[in-house]
Amino acid sequence: MTFDFAASHFDLFEQPARFAIDARALDARYRALQAQYHPDRYASAGDAEKRLALQIATRVNEAYQILKSPLARGRYLLTLAGVDTQEETNTAMPMDFLMGQMEWREQIAEARASGNVERLEALNTELRGEIGDLEAELGDLLDADRLAEAAVAVRKLRFLEKLDQEIGDAIEAALF
Amino acid sequence: MAYSEKVLDHYEHPRNVGSFEKGDETIGTGMVGAPACGDVMKLQIKVGADGVIQDAKFKTYGCGSAIASSSLITEWVKGKTLDEALSIKNTQIAEELALPPVKIHCSILAEDAIKAAVEDYRKKHG
Repeated sequence: MTFDFAASHFDLFEQPARFAIDARALDARYRALQAQYHPDRYASAGDAEKRLALQIATRVNEAYQILKSPLARGRYLLTLAGVDTQEETNTAMPMDFLMGQMEWREQIAEARASGNVERLEALNTELRGEIGDLEAELGDLLDADRLAEAAVAVRKLRFLEKLDQEIGDAIEAALF
Repeated sequence: MAYSEKVLDHYEHPRNVGSFEKGDETIGTGMVGAPACGDVMKLQIKVGADGVIQDAKFKTYGCGSAIASSSLITEWVKGKTLDEALSIKNTQIAEELALPPVKIHCSILAEDAIKAAVEDYRKKHG
């Protein structure tokens, strides 16, 4: 069993290192890798080999999760290019974006307080649209090698992901 | 994880919540956000002709620690000069509120917010 742990996730999945990804090819390769390194196949192997297979399977899963998610994939591409997305440390966001975030929070809180599921569903649809637009923008910025701006887009997406969770929680709370 | 009493006090009875009127020349507004947790903080200072902060208000969407950090810093900056306000460190906030390590970023957000508010005020007043 040989496995190159130093290879990038893209190489592991035989995909070009870019934002646009062939989701079907990704899934197919994932299934092939899973089958190849599944721990069951090494049930009768030695301890060292079992451990190695488990490490590989874990790595395959991690790489798949990263490549599948636009946000994680964008962040990973930036990491490969040596750019830190500063999601933990950089609090300076464009003012209009942050104002927008405040408004989102207010609207979600309002709809949640009144248990208005229809309104929450509408907000969810609107948010999906915004996330889609921002993901497309992130892809364009990465393709154009505008990495600092791409890092801002990643940070923005992180906010939207949080909103998505909040709307989900609010719908859950209103329904049950 | 249990919040400290001071966090709970500021969270349950936040000081200085709200906004000043838009377009007021004596106001500086700072807005910051923490991508990792989605917290958004708006902090405003009202500065007197003598350069001393007379009043401060905030609006924060986030966890208890973020609300407590903003509430505390609005209390602290009142009566301070802009330079004094800038010298407040997140570690002081974290210490006062006994924030656990995972919540330190909330105090950083408050420090960054006051810095942004001072910068905004200074930009307005060249």
